[in-house]
Amino acid sequence: MTATLHTTAALALGDDALVLSHRLGEWAGHAPVLEEEVALANIALDLLGQARVLLSMVGDEDELAYLREERAFRNLQLVEQPNGDFAHTIARQLYFSTYQRLLYTHLAAADGEFAGLAAKAVKEVAYHQDHAEQWTLRLGDGTDVSHERMQRACRTLWRFTGEMFQPVEGLDIDWTGIKTAWLESVGDILRRATLDIPEGPQAGAWTAGAGRQGLHTESFGRMLAEMQHLHRSHPGASW
Amino acid sequence: MATAAAHRPAHADGTAHMDAAAYEAVFDAAVAADERIEPRDWMPDAYRATLVRQIAQHAHSEIIGMQPEANWITRAPSLRRKAILMAKVQDEAGHGLYLYSAAETLGTSRDELLDKLHTGRQKYSSIFNYPTLTWADVGAIGWLVDGAAITNQVPLCRCSYGPYARAMVRICKEESFHQRQGYELLMTLSHGTPEQHAMAQDAVDRWWWPSLMMFGPPDDESAHSAQSMAWKIKRHSNDELRQRFVDICVPQAESLGLTLPDPDLTWNEERGHYDFGPIDWTEFRDVLKGNGPCNEQRLTQRRRAHDDGAWVRDAAAAYAAKHNATGTADASARTAGGPSADQTDENGKA
Repeated sequence: MTATLHTTAALALGDDALVLSHRLGEWAGHAPVLEEEVALANIALDLLGQARVLLSMVGDEDELAYLREERAFRNLQLVEQPNGDFAHTIARQLYFSTYQRLLYTHLAAADGEFAGLAAKAVKEVAYHQDHAEQWTLRLGDGTDVSHERMQRACRTLWRFTGEMFQPVEGLDIDWTGIKTAWLESVGDILRRATLDIPEGPQAGAWTAGAGRQGLHTESFGRMLAEMQHLHRSHPGASW
Repeated sequence: MATAAAHRPAHADGTAHMDAAAYEAVFDAAVAADERIEPRDWMPDAYRATLVRQIAQHAHSEIIGMQPEANWITRAPSLRRKAILMAKVQDEAGHGLYLYSAAETLGTSRDELLDKLHTGRQKYSSIFNYPTLTWADVGAIGWLVDGAAITNQVPLCRCSYGPYARAMVRICKEESFHQRQGYELLMTLSHGTPEQHAMAQDAVDRWWWPSLMMFGPPDDESAHSAQSMAWKIKRHSNDELRQRFVDICVPQAESLGLTLPDPDLTWNEERGHYDFGPIDWTEFRDVLKGNGPCNEQRLTQRRRAHDDGAWVRDAAAAYAAKHNATGTADASARTAGGPSADQTDENGKA
């Protein structure tokens, strides 16, 4: 029983990190300024490191990353959303890093099997959130163009945020408390960035908890096709 | 700097004026004594121009060089390889940062240099105009391209211009990691399945000759060599470095179980070096002129990234202006370049 719970939770957290790391890796060579090439790669590498620890708790990291079908991935739909423009990437980072920071802070303070990982990861994630916050302020309170783009990005991704607060089996977390803290933190940053807090539900009927149950959005299949094709083309090979 | 006073003759003895010839004599003496020239020292205009040209070309090569390798990040066949490759591409962005900063010490801004790159007025290393067609190309670039770069760059750690020399010390350390990861990647492929071995051999076949061209034209045709040697910006001739590289690679290829695509490659007992076949300089000049397989593609992607990012840079500048004007603490600690300036390669080192 414990093993099952452990597996579900490790896959959920590991897949979040794996998939978001991949998306951030797509920025390489395309970032708006050289410093962001370094920063986005840094965040991607942190997340990939977390993913490798978490997936290895479940089994062979490469088998899990490269040989699972789309429906077997347990990541949030938020993290698989395409990069879009820089504002979309930053909005996705703001929403996710705030969630991850709250979640890992709780896990690090508890005594469970994720405490060690969470204690290390929370330091990395604090930087990720700071990075997202600083850019949210600049884009929101920069030019009319950047304000408009950032507002649109925050609105577009809002409906994927509710899924973050669906309980994950195996994690003993006060999910309502996390949701309240998340709304407070993100709300405060958006306000300081002169952005409106998006209205409307944080999840539609389809999106609520769907990623965690293996239901994903269309672009995710293409992402996996690209990520997995070389590994799958050489069955049994070592790299 | 060993003898600061010697580099600033106008202030050294309290006299207000020296003529150009006297400045030049002091400069020449400092170079002759293997002292470092620093940003505030007097230097000949041509020395400054040569350095700007060379450092800019080097910086441009780092950021254009991210593209052929980034091409494989999303397809890396294991998570370990993916982490190594992301860290490597990140290092290259970091190298670009140090080098643009080194050029700034000579009075040329990053924006100005990027503009010259984007408008084709400054070049980057031609090697990056070749495509990365398979995963093994990531290994071949590490082993051969980074290997050639190190051979070129290690002597630059003793370059007469201080900021460039110091940037090169750090860059060479990281490049040596890159070279080893490429070698290790090819070793794994070479001893893997027959398909993996063939992939590795094909990559080496395609990258060998372009790597030899990285050392530049033969000594008797090299436009800038003689003056750069006199100024100790350059320490060895193109042909010398090329020979050194060939001599290193031949035994390494044997260890890898891969062949180099040159039937003339033989040990010459008398010279104590490997002889190698003639280089196709027509191809070299052709690629340099813009007719390589990826010239257009590389520059187009670079321009697009820059143009697409303009609104982001504008936003950061507008925010900084607004908040500096109103004295908001939040903005003052940050630069328009974004919040990440201190967050260089703290992790992910393979």
